[in-house]
This record gives sequence, C-alpha cells and structure tokens, in this order.
Amino acid sequence: MSTTSAIPHTRAQSGSEGRILRYTFGERVLHWVAALSYVYLLLTSLAFWSPYLFWIAMFFGGGPTARFWHPWMGLIFAASVVWMYRIWHRDMRTIAADREWGKHVGDYIRNQDENLPPIGRFNIGQKQFFWLMLFGGIALLLSGVALWLVNDIPWSWRWLRYTAVLVHAVAALLTIGGFIIHVYMGTAMVRGGFTSIIRGEVSASWARMHHRLWYEQVKDKPSLET
Amino acid sequence: MSQATLRIKKISGHAGPVPGAGTQREFQVCKLVDTTTCIGCKACEVACQEWNDLPFAATTFDNTYQTMPQTEWNFWNLIKFNERPKEDGTMMWLMRKDQCMHCAEPGCLAACPADGAIVQYTNGIVDFQQDRCIGCGYCITGCPFDVPKLNPSTKKVHKCTLCADRVSQSLEPACIKACPTGCLHFGSKDDMKDLAEKRARQLRMYSGFDKAGVYDPPGVGGTGVIYVLHDATNPEAYGGLPAKPSIPWAVKLWKTPLKWLGNLAMVGGLIGVTLHYLRFGPKTVPDSKAEERP
Repeated sequence: MSTTSAIPHTRAQSGSEGRILRYTFGERVLHWVAALSYVYLLLTSLAFWSPYLFWIAMFFGGGPTARFWHPWMGLIFAASVVWMYRIWHRDMRTIAADREWGKHVGDYIRNQDENLPPIGRFNIGQKQFFWLMLFGGIALLLSGVALWLVNDIPWSWRWLRYTAVLVHAVAALLTIGGFIIHVYMGTAMVRGGFTSIIRGEVSASWARMHHRLWYEQVKDKPSLET
Repeated sequence: MSQATLRIKKISGHAGPVPGAGTQREFQVCKLVDTTTCIGCKACEVACQEWNDLPFAATTFDNTYQTMPQTEWNFWNLIKFNERPKEDGTMMWLMRKDQCMHCAEPGCLAACPADGAIVQYTNGIVDFQQDRCIGCGYCITGCPFDVPKLNPSTKKVHKCTLCADRVSQSLEPACIKACPTGCLHFGSKDDMKDLAEKRARQLRMYSGFDKAGVYDPPGVGGTGVIYVLHDATNPEAYGGLPAKPSIPWAVKLWKTPLKWLGNLAMVGGLIGVTLHYLRFGPKTVPDSKAEERP
C-alpha cells in the first residue's frame, strides 16, 4: 500500500499485447476492502431498514450479531475511504477537460463515445462517485457513531439522536444510488473495467478510448511494478 | 417477557398481519398516578425492584431525595422530586412516579427494526421482548419520554412492563400494590380517566389548585399511565414531563416518507440500469491489435 503514485505506469514487458497498469496492487486491495465492507454494510442495513428485508440478517448470524458487527465494519469502510482520499484525491480534482467531457455526457450514456473529448485517468462521473462515497462515508461515520452510542447521548442532546437517524438514512441512500450505478458500469456496461480492478491491467486501446490524456502520459513510461 | 394469555395488537419490525389484532374483547388497562397525594416514600420503587427481580442499581446522592437522575435498564420506576415555590412564598413538593407511559401510539415500537422485539398487547401494555431485541437502540430515539435504557453488557433494552406478567393473571402491577397513600390506582382506562377527572375537579374546587388537571397526552394517542397534576398547564415542572409529547418528527419522517422514497429510489435505480443495458448495451473497445501496431 506504499505506492501513492498518481500515475501508475506501463509494464516493461507489456509490448506485444499493449497491457497498461491501471490500478496498482495497493489500489486494488484498498478498493476491495472498501467494496466488501460496503456490501456487508449495505446488506445488514437493508435488514434493519425494512421489515420485509429483515430475513437478510439471518445470513449474517441473526439480528443481534449483524447489529454488533455493522458499526465495526463501518469503521473499516470509513478508514478505507479516507485512505482512498489519501492516494486518489489529486487524481479526483475536476479539470477543464472534465467539464468539456461533462457537456457530452449524453453521448457517453448512449455509447456514442466517438463524440467525447479526451480526458485523464478518471472521468467526471468517476470523480463525482469518489466524492460522493468520501463525503457520504464521513456523514455515515459521524451519524453512525451517534447511533452506536445512543444510550450515552443525554436527553438534553436528543436532537443529536434525531439528526443521526435522518443523516444516516439519507447518506446511505445517496451512496446506494452511486453504488448501483458504479457496480453496473464496472461490471456490465464498461467492458474491461472489472478486469482492471481485479488484475490491474487494461489494454492500450481501452486506455486510449476511455482515458486518452492519461494514456498519452503513461504509454511510454517504464513500469515501477513488475 | 412473552405473555401467552395477552394477545398482541402491534408488532415492531413486522412484515405482514398481526395475529392478535381484533381477536379478543379486551379493555385498555391504565395506571393512575395522583401526584397530589404522593408522599415520595419510594415503596413503588422497591416493589418494582422486588417483583421484577432486578439487580440493584447504584443510587446517587445529589442533595435531593431522588434515588438517581433517571430510570435505568435495571431501575424502571423512579420518583422524580422537584421543589417549587408557591405564590405565598412557601415551598411545595412535586413528586412524580416516572416510568414507561405505555403510549397508545408507541414511538419505540415505530422505530424498532427487529421483528417482534416490541409488542403492544390488546390491553394496551407495551412490552419489550429481549430475546428478539437486536440492541440497536432505535427505541431510545423513538421514545418521547426517554424511557428505554440499554443494558451495555447484554445489549438488550429494558423498561417497565406494566407488570404484564401480573396483569395477565388478573393482578394489579407491583407498584400499585405497594402504595400506602392510595395515590396509585389501576383499572380500565375509562375508569381511571373518570377517577382522575373527578380528583382534578376536587382539587380545583376545594384545594385551591385552579390549574389541576389530568395528563393523558393526545400526541401519542393517550397513555396507559395517566397523571393527576396540581398544575396541568406546566407538566415540565414535574421532572421534565413533556407538555406535548409525540413520536419525534425525525422518526416519523424517517420511518414513513423517507423509507418509501428510498425504496422507490433503490428499485428505480435497479430498473434504470437494467433498462440502460437493454437499450444501449455494453461499451466495447474496438479491436485493439490493429490499432496497436503503427
């Protein structure tokens, strides 16, 4: 997890197939810590959200067990998004190219990618998803701590109990919205995306099509990883 | 604890119908606390601890008669002592037996996500089922009276059961049994309401308490514990009895409109991405090899 380089580099032996390293090993591990902890939190939270979904708790050891682990898993998720901020925040700033790309987002949705201007390592949708999960995660952490320790919140501070249940639910729903789109795009819609977060590599043509400015930066650099 | 002879009217976190609703010709039970004849002897506190076999809660001394600042998971019945100056300059005691109010519309039950952890029997008693409790503490947020308390070691929430075990066997609650002045009464809600109104009228006419009245807050649909107060216009003076209690608006917002909005948004999101895939399909990269080679 020591690699905090903003721009991962091509593999030295990438020649014949034109494979480019998109996510370092550390980034992939971090992504999956966040992803798996988020999925646990999502499923247990749905059990607590609706009586019609309370049966989900059965798969996590029953209601009391799910309730016991949910906040601890929340700490892991919160730590992972904070770490993501540490390694990705420079890449996630909106740049001029993103604004231009954003004007053509309709073309992106309709798969008319030939009309899209070139962009860097992440597109504006990915950047917005990152900030949504970061601020959503922080809101969930703060409200979650209040829900966790509700018995210790004095009656005169009961506004905190009320704020916490609302903030937790609203923040969770916003992140779920982002999560649905993220998983759909990462697995079904953008082919090659899922492989990149598992194995770390994309093809040169994938990089050129989706992130041309980033591709121009990294295509000729030697790899730091082997 | 579960009472086989008491049928169930409402169930927390429950999907589907409630088995006991409308199956029994049951009247509402009610506890009447006449604060004007309470002498603060704490016999009700002791009777509660004894009958419910509760481990002793540490008492605190803060230069008043009050046993501890608020009810605890193992101390469900607490007399709140408040001293107040009268118009003639002398002091008077306001003593109020604090416990679960057994609301007709319980905020705890509305907030609880665990199936069957909180039930309301057809006789109006609101009871926690610790074997179903998941320890989330949402009932603590839902309660407008700050009654449910968490046992930190078992992660289960406890409160006054209105002696559901005794009531189901046609006995009055333990606190009622112990009261030496007769300031506590137990019976049907209608009878207790009549008795309370009669006592309040008596206080207004003969005892100089012009503002005497009955506390049976409509904001929670009325309660299974009602008070006669010397001054019904200022219940807050009786150790923080809320003037207009109701299920907190945040809990109502969270459990009804926000829940359905959220459900719609989540299902809508899943339908949306499915439709997108059916309409536009995946994004594929044109064959790489031809382009790779200059």
